[in-house]
Amino acid sequence: MKNLIWLAMITAVTLTLAAGAQAQSLTLNGAGASFPYPLYSQWAHKYHELTGIKINYQSIGSGGGIAQIKAKTVDFGASDEPLKVEDLDQAGLVQFPMVVGGVVPVVNVAGIAAGRIKFTGDLLAQVFMGKIAKWNDPAIKNLNPGLNLPDLNITVVHRADGSGTTWLFTHYLSLSSPEWQEKVGVGKSVKWPAPNSVGGKGNEGVASYAKKVDGAIGYVEYAYALQNQMSFAVLKNRAGNFVTPSIESFQAATANADWQKAPGYYIVLNDQPGDQSWPITGATYILVHKQQADAAKAKGVMKFFDWCYKNGAEMAQKLDYVPLPAKVVELVQATWAKEIKADGKPVWP
Amino acid sequence: MADLVLPETPTKAWTWRQGDVIFRWLSRGCAFLVPALIGGIFLALLIYSLPAIKKFGLGFLVSPEWNPVTQEFGAASSIFGTVVSTLIAMLLTVPLSLAIVFFLVELAPPKVSRVVSTLIELLAAIPSIIFGMWGLFVFAPFLQAHVQPWLASTLGFLPLFQGPPMGIGIMSAGIILAFMILPFICAIARDVFLLVPRTIRESAFGMGATTWEVMYKVMIPYGLVGLIGAVFLGLGRALGETMAITFVIGNAHRISASLFAAGNSIASTLANEFAEATEPMYVSSLMALGLVLFLITYLVQILAQFLLRRLYRSWSAGL
Repeated sequence: MKNLIWLAMITAVTLTLAAGAQAQSLTLNGAGASFPYPLYSQWAHKYHELTGIKINYQSIGSGGGIAQIKAKTVDFGASDEPLKVEDLDQAGLVQFPMVVGGVVPVVNVAGIAAGRIKFTGDLLAQVFMGKIAKWNDPAIKNLNPGLNLPDLNITVVHRADGSGTTWLFTHYLSLSSPEWQEKVGVGKSVKWPAPNSVGGKGNEGVASYAKKVDGAIGYVEYAYALQNQMSFAVLKNRAGNFVTPSIESFQAATANADWQKAPGYYIVLNDQPGDQSWPITGATYILVHKQQADAAKAKGVMKFFDWCYKNGAEMAQKLDYVPLPAKVVELVQATWAKEIKADGKPVWP
Repeated sequence: MADLVLPETPTKAWTWRQGDVIFRWLSRGCAFLVPALIGGIFLALLIYSLPAIKKFGLGFLVSPEWNPVTQEFGAASSIFGTVVSTLIAMLLTVPLSLAIVFFLVELAPPKVSRVVSTLIELLAAIPSIIFGMWGLFVFAPFLQAHVQPWLASTLGFLPLFQGPPMGIGIMSAGIILAFMILPFICAIARDVFLLVPRTIRESAFGMGATTWEVMYKVMIPYGLVGLIGAVFLGLGRALGETMAITFVIGNAHRISASLFAAGNSIASTLANEFAEATEPMYVSSLMALGLVLFLITYLVQILAQFLLRRLYRSWSAGL
């Protein structure tokens, strides 16, 4: 009996060790932004099926992603807000864009369908500051003469948690309104000045509050507006056109940006030129160390992202993310070749 | 010790008696783990919140400012939300649970009493996030559509019931909290009422007291200390409740006279903002908020324990 137990135990231990050794072949760990999480996890799943390489991505928020990659507890970090070049240099990090997404204002007023209500950036800033408190305010009416706007209080719905979405949105409001820039500013979380406002946790929180409160206006990632069938607004862009949020209008903003001249790919795609450019667009970023300790692992990370750029576009579009244009991918891979090194030798290609 | 060792086993190095000593130390170590843990948590909170304490001082407690852009932080809006939502919860739960418990102990047939008691205890087993989801999807829309408009039209002259009804806000947070702490207060209040000697209750009835008089003049005064203890225990739970509150309180840093408005409790602020707080002062201010919550909850718990202990001691001595 005793022998049998020993045998069972030894077998179990051996099997566990063997399984461990197999899994150890290559596992890559990443952490950060929650906005691209659905896409990264799908990419990782597909990549694992094809190559057997396992990629763990933890969606802990951009702040957490930056902290973890700086502490070297993960192989790559992810952030919605690009780091400034001096911060990158100080931490010895390289940053590159992965996909692009758009933020859209959504409204909940009975009778107003998606894409029907128009806003300018300045008007949006005034609404979010609480200076315009009713839906039938003349400023909104003048821009939307055809709409039947009720005598209803506006409730501002914002993010309660810090988020790259908020950063992008407040950045846009700051560009559009000097008053917003002065009084509120730009940040992953800000002090919301509108007296009549609520905060939701995550895009899903904002979406659900905006759907529940009559007269609400909020801002969410494009995908959430689509999935929840919300009434998004049409915005006036830099060229003076009113554009509808769509993959095409995000792509227009991405294509019209001058990536070549942006050190560290620090570009906020808000308010880009171009007739069709959606004015609240931003890229989400990956962060890796310049000096890699483990060449095999570093190569694995680069190979994965290379695969994502080349084969992941369709999956991205299905989930309403915008893949980067090929010429931007070329630029990014040139950066990899130049900057990412292990033992003094470039890791890529 | 030596005379206890049996002559048959003089060479054996290991005895059960030695094992006993080891076990005693082991269990002692385990027992001291808990105070060490509490002390450690307190110290960690204190150390991490030092930068914020140094920068804002005691003003941190009273400043309503919470601005991550300018890095100016104050706890007042979060403390306000915590206190007001808890206050609403206590105002609703205490009379409700007294009525329930009095019915269960004094009026209900034993069978009904048993079933209802079990159900109330089951209420305590519902995870807090379920309360949150139910609050957000069912209860808040109900408040928005039916209760708040009615309150606004009948009591709208009070600042408490002004402003647009949104459903979510301080009011729904307080009511959800009331449901959540109900089982805890009920459980202890039931023990307290059961401890009132039968003879006293029956002699009150025998002297012609009405049911209301028995509850109001006999049961409650007799168990007052214990009931206060029960209330404080519920209070302690309500203060730290996080998930359900985060769903329904509205998460806005604001101090508003209206119960319809959105607010923020300390726990919900922490739950919302930790993940993306990168600036050192931001993190430190959140830690300082945590420290404030830790201290408040701890004081309330100590008070509750103190009152309950006094009650049980006086009764076990008297009877």
